[in-house]
Amino acid sequence: MHRKLLLAGAVVATATLLAGCSGGDPGSDEDVTITYSVWAGTQTPAMQAIADAFTEENPNITVELVELPWPQYWSTLQTGAQGGTAPDAFWMLAQQIKPYAEGGQLLDISDAIESEGVDLADYPQAVLDLYDQGDGAIYGLPKDFDTNAVWYNKALFDAAGVDYPSEDWTWEDFRETAKALTGDGVWGVAAPIDYQGGYYNTIFSAGGEVISSDGKTAEIDSPEAIEGIEFWTNLQADGSSPTLQQLSDTEAVTQFQQGKVAMYMSGAYWALQFYNDEAFRANVGVAPLPLGPAGRTTVSSGITNVGYANTEHPEEVAKFLLFASGERAAQIQAESGAVLPAFAGTSQTWMDAMPEFTDLQVFIDAIEYSVPLPVQGNAAEWQGLQTEFLTAAWNGETSAADAAKAYKAAIDEVLAAG
Amino acid sequence: MTSTVAAPVRRPRRRTGVLSRTDWAAFAFIAPATIGLATLYLWPFVSTFVLSFLDVPTFGPGTFTGADNYVDLLGDDGFWRAFGNSALYTGLVLLGVPIAIVLAALIQQISRGRGVYRVLFFLPVVTLPVAVGMVWRFLLNGDFGLVNYVLSLVGIEGQYWVADARFTIYAFAVVGIWMGLGINLIILGAGLQSIPVELYEASALDGAGRIRQFFSLTLPLLSPTIFFVIVLTVISALQMFDLVFIMLGSVNNTAIDGSKTIVYLFYEEAFVQFHRGPAAAIAVVLLIVIMIATAIQFRLQRKWVTYDT
Repeated sequence: MHRKLLLAGAVVATATLLAGCSGGDPGSDEDVTITYSVWAGTQTPAMQAIADAFTEENPNITVELVELPWPQYWSTLQTGAQGGTAPDAFWMLAQQIKPYAEGGQLLDISDAIESEGVDLADYPQAVLDLYDQGDGAIYGLPKDFDTNAVWYNKALFDAAGVDYPSEDWTWEDFRETAKALTGDGVWGVAAPIDYQGGYYNTIFSAGGEVISSDGKTAEIDSPEAIEGIEFWTNLQADGSSPTLQQLSDTEAVTQFQQGKVAMYMSGAYWALQFYNDEAFRANVGVAPLPLGPAGRTTVSSGITNVGYANTEHPEEVAKFLLFASGERAAQIQAESGAVLPAFAGTSQTWMDAMPEFTDLQVFIDAIEYSVPLPVQGNAAEWQGLQTEFLTAAWNGETSAADAAKAYKAAIDEVLAAG
Repeated sequence: MTSTVAAPVRRPRRRTGVLSRTDWAAFAFIAPATIGLATLYLWPFVSTFVLSFLDVPTFGPGTFTGADNYVDLLGDDGFWRAFGNSALYTGLVLLGVPIAIVLAALIQQISRGRGVYRVLFFLPVVTLPVAVGMVWRFLLNGDFGLVNYVLSLVGIEGQYWVADARFTIYAFAVVGIWMGLGINLIILGAGLQSIPVELYEASALDGAGRIRQFFSLTLPLLSPTIFFVIVLTVISALQMFDLVFIMLGSVNNTAIDGSKTIVYLFYEEAFVQFHRGPAAAIAVVLLIVIMIATAIQFRLQRKWVTYDT
């Protein structure tokens, strides 16, 4: 008798609990906490501000910011997703999204986009295309984007008596400028093996492609693409850049910031770091990419906010994702200067955040000649092979053509594996 | 440490039938440890073993592919390069053992302030490997590093120790020896203290000098401890990962391809490339390598380790 009573009690209690779980309409006042994982660095304050602003608008939803260091970000995320403990919302990169999307790990927010009336035209098409998996789903919206240009150190130009780069400088000008700036323990340029900030841009500017348009084979060994690679190997051969070993010991961006290197081709994302270095700030200039044989092209990419498919609070997460990539969040990011927001019309705020940098418009103008970063197939994998195949060309031990041919074969193998 | 030959354990007479009350109590007492061991060690081990025969997508269930992962692994140049690097590193780090023996013997000779030296040598052991790796990375920097500066003072041209694959393994070994010295000193010091003083007094009466005593007395009597230290050193050296990760950590270090160790390769396969099946195969191969290396050492020890005082 006693036992039966207990059992009955348990059944009732469970039923109540279940009812509690299933009940409640979407967006009820139930207090929920969602986690938001980022590798922020300089962006941390802006991300915290966005989380706080969201809670301000939605008092029942608390966003807990979880910052992971970049070297562990992807392994932690992957392990979390496999174990069912991934964060509810997190940053995603185009070169990483494929396995997550295919594995059903990401929350499709296309319904929320429709019901909230989000206009996709407010986001750079190149970045939206990057994340399009061709499955009809939308997993997130970009929070920022980046284009590439040439950062340069005015003080080193002055010291060497070299004119600042002009708007329409060419590859030849670039190479000569780098030579002229080299000397006295200073190098004209940093020429690392850097796909996003480096040789992809010159491959496209030479009229080449990295991956064929059908995404099935690498085109990195075409004559144009090889020309784009030679842009960099020539700089190494001229001695205008620190060697790869020196760039391995001390990263290109650090050498640039230390005044060891006069020019550094890279993205807009360094702006705040350079701006915060007060001794360095006044010396920083930005020039557009030099004109190549086929004009100039920059690869463009951006971070997207995505959600975890198995989250306990899909509606709240979708709401947060739209907010974090929306206009108010973009303004917060822009004001912090940390990154160029993706949302249309907020770039002026970003530039205003760093008034002493007068050339930042270059990065925004670059949208005109931008193409999506090549991320076909398992991009993280084939991009990871670059040093194995290209180092010899950079060191002058083999020709750019031979290195490109070997690398192409390796990329093709990865692409074929799917 | 000096006599590790286990005394024969007296077994309780075997009973048949149900377990007694004391047996249950015993099981209950070891249950927490057993459950912990099973879930934290045995289960991961079994699942790693199973994984090594599967082709697993990043998410979702895998498909059985037989020994494919192993065949691919053994046919991969990168694996053999990593294997060679791990073997070289292990060989180099073993050089730290004689250094530790000599230092331990010297410290033993000191009558006052022995503790100070022990602490000094032990400090690297309790320092975070990450911090150690970072500091050494700066010290070994090709252009601005202190090591190359000191070398330049004596007219030697420095190298890019942590940015040139020809030198990286040697750089790791220097740091590895330095990090492992303290723990080896402690173990060897304990071994030294268990050698009876009378033996030294007797041998001195017989006319043996310090050097003679070291080779004829200290080394043979210390041999079980030395053996123990060597086994531990080999195992941990074959598992080395942290130094590669930290000292070559930056994404654009072009020396990384020639500097991977077996465990680094495992890390890369498992957590960068998301190839869990092949990664599991690496882990299993490493286990086998360590087992063989240890078995060989146990076989060889019969020739040089003395177990009686």
